[in-house]
Amino acid sequence: MRYLDEFADPSVALRLVEQIREDATRPWTVMEVCGGQTHSLVRNGIDQLLAGAVEFVHGPGCPVCVTPLETIDRALAIASRPEVTLCSFGDMLRVPGSHADLFAVRARGGDVRVVYSPLDALGVAEAEPEREVVFFAVGFETTAPANAMAVVRARELGIKNFSMIVSHVLVPPAMAAVLSSPARRVEGFLAAGHVCTVMGTRQYDSIVEQFHVPVVVAGFEALDLLDATSRVVAQLEAGEARLENAYTRAVGRAGNERAQQVLDEVFEVCDRTWRGIGHIPASGWRLSPRYRDYDAELRFDVGDVRAEEAPDCRAGEVLQGLVNPDQCTSFGTTCTPRNPLGATMVSSEGACAAYYRYRRSGVATSAPAHG
Amino acid sequence: MRRHMADGAGAEPAEPTPVDPAAWSCPVPLQDHDRVILGHGGGGVLTAELIEQVLLPAFGTVEAAAPGRDSALVRLERDVSDGAVTLAFSTDSYVVQPLFFPGGSIGDLAVNGTVNDLAMSGAVPLALSCALILEEGLEVAVLRRVAEAMGRAARAAGVTIVAGDTKVVGRGSADGLYVTTSGIGAVAAGCQIGPERARVGDLVVCSGPVGEHGIAVMSVREGIDFGTRVASDTAPLSGLVQAMLRACPGGRGEGIHALRDPTRGGIAMVLCDIAEASQVGVELAEPAVPVPDAVRAACGFLGLDALEIANEGKLVAFVAREVAPAVLDAMRAHEHGRSSVVVGEVTGDHPGLVVARTALGGSRVLDRPLGEQLPRIC
Repeated sequence: MRYLDEFADPSVALRLVEQIREDATRPWTVMEVCGGQTHSLVRNGIDQLLAGAVEFVHGPGCPVCVTPLETIDRALAIASRPEVTLCSFGDMLRVPGSHADLFAVRARGGDVRVVYSPLDALGVAEAEPEREVVFFAVGFETTAPANAMAVVRARELGIKNFSMIVSHVLVPPAMAAVLSSPARRVEGFLAAGHVCTVMGTRQYDSIVEQFHVPVVVAGFEALDLLDATSRVVAQLEAGEARLENAYTRAVGRAGNERAQQVLDEVFEVCDRTWRGIGHIPASGWRLSPRYRDYDAELRFDVGDVRAEEAPDCRAGEVLQGLVNPDQCTSFGTTCTPRNPLGATMVSSEGACAAYYRYRRSGVATSAPAHG
Repeated sequence: MRRHMADGAGAEPAEPTPVDPAAWSCPVPLQDHDRVILGHGGGGVLTAELIEQVLLPAFGTVEAAAPGRDSALVRLERDVSDGAVTLAFSTDSYVVQPLFFPGGSIGDLAVNGTVNDLAMSGAVPLALSCALILEEGLEVAVLRRVAEAMGRAARAAGVTIVAGDTKVVGRGSADGLYVTTSGIGAVAAGCQIGPERARVGDLVVCSGPVGEHGIAVMSVREGIDFGTRVASDTAPLSGLVQAMLRACPGGRGEGIHALRDPTRGGIAMVLCDIAEASQVGVELAEPAVPVPDAVRAACGFLGLDALEIANEGKLVAFVAREVAPAVLDAMRAHEHGRSSVVVGEVTGDHPGLVVARTALGGSRVLDRPLGEQLPRIC
């Protein structure tokens, strides 16, 4: 099948692994930004195959993981209201707030539904006009256009019983924050391919220039990741720092300009608190004044919500690439997917969940990079 | 009373019969209901009507479920030696939505699921019971289609539905209909199969492509089109299992150590269960697991793992290496095992854990899925 077999061909992959190992004169530290890439790397065992040549540190690119606890708590409060139907991507249901998760709200009678697209949530609002339908709009630039379209359509159709909890975050400011950290370890980036399909590659020009760091746009299949990694290593070995695109079958320099227009119209840039990382200026999107009447947090007054993180959780350091999940003493002991301390253990894209799932046995954790 | 009225409603010009006051009751007018009403669960005339007109003809088991009995009698006529009889006994409830999906229905699942649970102990299924919980307002035509699917599946599995129960709950208290089936089966003397019996050196055999049932149901439930139609693999596996047992030296399954049908949680779940129960390590050769293209595409799209997707017509067998070739031949000769393939082996390393070797030569620990499968965001 197209795009499944071609990009997982073991013989090509092993040639790339050999090439990277030959090229690397010392171990390089490379961050893959996107949680989907983290899972693909670990699921395919690529991090082990490259151990000693490349150490992958896992970036903040899991939207579930970085959504602040306060936002989760506000969503739980809104979902608990009797008139509200809260629609969410499935991942968000298990993310713990301070005291509960959306599954628990549902078990107590809250109307919480899993949808695959914000337009499905809009469909619910249209079909059930007596309900207040709220869509939990999280994600990076990837999911933002569809979320923006949902409010545009709601306005076109005159659907009043629809609103969104918007907690969008942006990749480039997060990369800049990682690179600005005094504890910076990251020497090169695999940039998130799907974000770039929307925003284009040009948004990374300033990062490459300002921080003198190689950025290679990568896809998600095994060969995509190996190809992009080999290019990062080649740049590092040559002392270069350039922007390269290793995902040309999906990504262009300009990105999807029509989507960008909709984003400009519906959203405006705002400061965001990233769960585990902290406040990053100009790192998110909220609804622009034109669309503010679709903001669920304004429509439903849930009061002042403040939240405290579990003190033992090192998700913040994991998200910044300062530690790998198995270096946390809570990992696999007091923190498991069943009883997660932090969101990185919850989401299928979270680095801790990826490690828990794929890296627990002695045989499988033998890679020196993750000792 | 019921017979009296059924006769009365017949077309034959009957002789005037003397009125028997003892049998007289208020003559509720019989009418064709096209929807289930609460009275269908009341245990009276309407219940009997539903059973006689819808369920028994569909199940094809009129004489086994003799009217007036509170329990069915099942005769053991199969091989029972040494005076010791081992019965396999299993029960399962079926709540799937939608009731009908590509490749089958809740009726197929209700029969095949329990038949397969019995078969995984090496048992020949003897009899099933069927308890129905119907929601008020359910179309009788829907019930009839489900019952007919159950009858067909039972005949295909060579098992009889001999007992049943029907209840109706108010509208909104159930989701159309729920089915619970229980089954008993006879295990041949000397046949010992269990999840704790896997041994180091065993080969792990999978009876065919995985993930079809879960994706088929998900595609209709969520209205997602994956380009190719995926149909549920629901099928009775008792015949396949009996063929496997016969293929072993002695003909009673010696060398087949563990059998499981990977339903919810997929093959990841059953491999983890067996590794833990037997305290052995399982090495899964991931590229060897047959995953249909459409299932792979759907999993890629939804962020799911094919190894965790439910199957309803597949089995995983832990087989002693020396009997594996004969067992594999027998499986491949059977209609429900044509694509059987070795997918792994049992090792003394990492007892209790399943480790998948990836196509690229890397490895990962395979874990039990946590709960509901949650499609990821991007």
